Amino acid sequence: MSATTQTPLQREEATTIFEKGAPGRRAFSCPEMDVPVVDGLLPDGLRRSEPPRLPEVSEPELVRHYVNLSKRNFDLDSGFYPLGSCTMKHNPRLHERVAALPGHARLHPLQDPAHAQGALELMWNLERALAEIAGLPHVSLQPSAGSHGELAGVLLTKAFHADRGEERTKVLTPDTAHGTNPATVTMAGYEVVKVGTNADGGVDVDDLRAKAGPDVACLMLTNPNTLGIFDSNIEEIADIVHGVGATLYYDGANLNAVMGISRPGDMGFDIVHFNLHKSFTQPHGGGGPGAGPIAVSDRMEPYLPRPVITRSGDGQFDLDDQRPKSIGKLRGFQGNYGCFVRSYAYIRSLGAEGLKDASETAVLNANYLLARLRSLGVADKLPLAFGELCMHEFVLSGAPMKRDLQIRTLDLAKRLLDHGFHPPTVYFPLLVDEALLIEPTETETRETLDAFAEVVAAILREAQEDPTIAREAPYTTPVRRLDEAAAAKRPVIRQAL
Amino acid sequence: MLAEIGVASLQELFDRQIPAAVRLERALDLPAGMAEQDVYAHLRALAAANTSAEDEVTFLGAGMYDHYVPAVIDMLMGRSEFLTPYTPYQPEISQGGLQVMFEYQTAISELTALPVSNASVYEGPSAVAAAAYLAKLANGKARVVVSRGVHPHSRAALRTLAAGYGHQIVEVGLRDGVTDPDAWAAAIDQDTSAVIFQQPNFLGAVEDASALALAAKDSPAVVVGSYDPIPLGILKPPGECGVDVAVGEGQTLGNRLDFGGPSFGFFAATDAYLRRMPGRIAGETRDVDGRRGFVLTLQTREQHIRREKATSNICTAQALNALAGVVYLTWLGRRGLVDLGELLLQRTHYAREALTALEGVEALHEQPVVREFAVRLQAPVDRVIARCQDAGVNPGFALGREYDEHPDGLLVAVTEQRSKADIDRLADVLGAAVAAERQTAGVGA
Amino acid sequence: MADASYPDDLLYHPEHDWVRLDGDTATFGITWFAQDALGEVVFFEPPEVGSTVSKDEPYAEVESVKAVSDVIAPLSGEIVEVNAELADKPEAINEDPYGDGWLARVKLSDPSEKDGLLDAATYTKSLS
Repeated sequence: MSATTQTPLQREEATTIFEKGAPGRRAFSCPEMDVPVVDGLLPDGLRRSEPPRLPEVSEPELVRHYVNLSKRNFDLDSGFYPLGSCTMKHNPRLHERVAALPGHARLHPLQDPAHAQGALELMWNLERALAEIAGLPHVSLQPSAGSHGELAGVLLTKAFHADRGEERTKVLTPDTAHGTNPATVTMAGYEVVKVGTNADGGVDVDDLRAKAGPDVACLMLTNPNTLGIFDSNIEEIADIVHGVGATLYYDGANLNAVMGISRPGDMGFDIVHFNLHKSFTQPHGGGGPGAGPIAVSDRMEPYLPRPVITRSGDGQFDLDDQRPKSIGKLRGFQGNYGCFVRSYAYIRSLGAEGLKDASETAVLNANYLLARLRSLGVADKLPLAFGELCMHEFVLSGAPMKRDLQIRTLDLAKRLLDHGFHPPTVYFPLLVDEALLIEPTETETRETLDAFAEVVAAILREAQEDPTIAREAPYTTPVRRLDEAAAAKRPVIRQAL
Repeated sequence: MLAEIGVASLQELFDRQIPAAVRLERALDLPAGMAEQDVYAHLRALAAANTSAEDEVTFLGAGMYDHYVPAVIDMLMGRSEFLTPYTPYQPEISQGGLQVMFEYQTAISELTALPVSNASVYEGPSAVAAAAYLAKLANGKARVVVSRGVHPHSRAALRTLAAGYGHQIVEVGLRDGVTDPDAWAAAIDQDTSAVIFQQPNFLGAVEDASALALAAKDSPAVVVGSYDPIPLGILKPPGECGVDVAVGEGQTLGNRLDFGGPSFGFFAATDAYLRRMPGRIAGETRDVDGRRGFVLTLQTREQHIRREKATSNICTAQALNALAGVVYLTWLGRRGLVDLGELLLQRTHYAREALTALEGVEALHEQPVVREFAVRLQAPVDRVIARCQDAGVNPGFALGREYDEHPDGLLVAVTEQRSKADIDRLADVLGAAVAAERQTAGVGA
Repeated sequence: MADASYPDDLLYHPEHDWVRLDGDTATFGITWFAQDALGEVVFFEPPEVGSTVSKDEPYAEVESVKAVSDVIAPLSGEIVEVNAELADKPEAINEDPYGDGWLARVKLSDPSEKDGLLDAATYTKSLS
């Protein structure tokens, strides 16, 4: 690559903020020392001798650095982002405005509840809305992310069994499960047992029956699952699990397919977690924040994290910390309130009909995109891994593409970057060889879906002619393929100073 | 579109995939949707029913603090390119976010004087629990020794998580406002997996961190310190005190109070624990043309690869809030963090002097304090707080809510937003409130 | 190592490990097939010297950027030496899996266990 063919962003060498500035520069002006200065308040032995080597830059330098850095990012506002399992739907900007209202943003978590009635009412209303969507009456907003909600659910299960004098040791997860599921199981002190998947992409019910026994505490499921398939055996699955006295846990990552259409509580689940940063538009922020509230059945209610929000007869809200059977706390205070404000605004904006509309459109868009890809002849190189139709997302296998065109799913993804699309999720779920998991969401137009399908077809045609193009892609991004092996072998995880 | 798919109706898509028995046959029992302006009005009305730091002069701390958040942070956090992308799984188009993580890791490493930092965890209390989990996986020992000076929510989160993976929690009490050194040393044995203290502790006292760490030297224990980051411009950092793993609440670094979240937790450690760290870590590398770039690295620790053997189940963390954190530390800069620390040190001292000079108010402990301190009131604390709030001042946290041994305690926090005039006003209002309550109780004037 | 190779002087375990016998001691490693499936090795977590390993049980882990693999012990015994060079140069496992990429040396507790292993021809055949 010669200097003349590089893009401007490629020509720009990455420089950290620590390599900029000069001694004495600053952005912050400290308020005046308006009290008498007293010596010796902090014994020398407790004092820091050398200040940390933070940058010394002015505000203009700071702004320029971070604004320019932001331009080296692709984002959802800028383009199509069909990351399967992530539900990259539009983040309405009203939410930023309401979350910034000082009455919400500058409210201290330990403020007297009598002086935080607005916040408690908001959380109460959000809880009732999530309960209605889930079909389970009792909610805790405390967990900070989906996997945190999973942890809450499994710990609730543990407390439930312990309260019955039972010590169960195993939790079942399908082999298509998201990695957070087995990781959570271990953190909660249980052993992971995998349940197989049948030819239709659902749980292998016979395998489940064989593995469900009195030592099983719980089965963790996503429905629709990570293959985008709604498990039609869900009632039978629930019967088997409840039949051995275990709980049924719903990973709500794929809730976007079923809001207002089917409810986990009605499917037989005891515990559900929601990802507010997925179906409920909390912006992803490049890796958080999020929130993972849980909704549970009556029998799980006593074990909910504390505090619990209560409403008295005369409409006063309070926080109840006197919960003797509670699993305790998963984190400080009440949870990621800023995310509640945004999700609540979303739910109030859409209302009952709007939420159902969103799920219907999500499923429509996914099926449409699948059909477009098929009609463009993509299917014989990237066939659908399971079934005929899909819910809100679908998995293709790149194995035929690899065999026939000598490019892998990874190469297709990298070539998509040159066309201004974020690639779908790659190599997940593990069950599918060369997996490509595509979730368009309901906020994408037909024109965008058509354009994406055309580009995928074009990349395959290009690979037919010359597979090396995709294999060495991308060409136009701020950096090209990075040496991840070197980063793992000799990790450099901070700027040397 | 339906024609392209090959179905007759939208309903058919669902009828063919979801069994009728689990279909919801009615509308969701939720209010109808509203126009944007109406949603705004509703959210504004809810906001108006809250008394925020905008509405009263607040000295309430106890884990989250009303520091000034500079306008540049609002601007940067609101940028599409930082606000709306996902976790950087395709590094070529995520160099902005990955470099921010790398800079953040550097800033935390500098702050703590520890070589290794991850890209954030959820917040402070769960970070303490995560540190104990790290210790369990590292040495497999059964007991965790934790000081009662650690935030009550951190101790609660520790207990909740430990009930799952299996650690026995042993609490060591305080003496004269700091961790009782004799009880601490006596509690540590060859079966101790981790020892955990907080700096400054919940009562605002500066602990002798080096001594607490030293006490665990001959045991297998991982030394964990939970640190308030703001005083680290003037306080000896964990890396210089023999601490193995430093965690803490990052809210004070450029994040709003937000009724408790979102903020972020930082997690830093010595090199020995690099491969046991939870969460994302960004690393430096080169691309095929030799350009400097950044990637998520050491991913084999994480849940999406290691699954049941992962160092943690964390997936989505607090990247945007960590961006606010590194921007804030950059905004403060090297000198600024020290100046801020010195200002808080002096104003906190001034405040403690002013309040303990009041009739019916005495210091709960005499330890060095840097931004928060505890006093004892000779009047019911809750009623005193209510009177102060009526006068437009929130005097702090009623310690009795979390510490049975301090039913008369009040925890008072000072930030750079509380001027000398504000502190003088606090003294007036608190003094009057205590006097009024004592009079009501018939205590001599 | 670019091309598949399975030296004749070694014995093989079905879980893609090789053994070089030297009286009562043996050297262990992973085969060409295993390193090829793994991709570029970035990290090797060695067992402790002095620890015991059991035939068919995992005794170490090998990591690439995106995967972790258990390494299975082909025979039982006590670890007497581990390959310290791999800490700085884990890619030796890819480049020279049967030479510089050796993982551990073991004092065998039951040398007769070797009768359960495969020869090069049988192992190679099992891969197709």
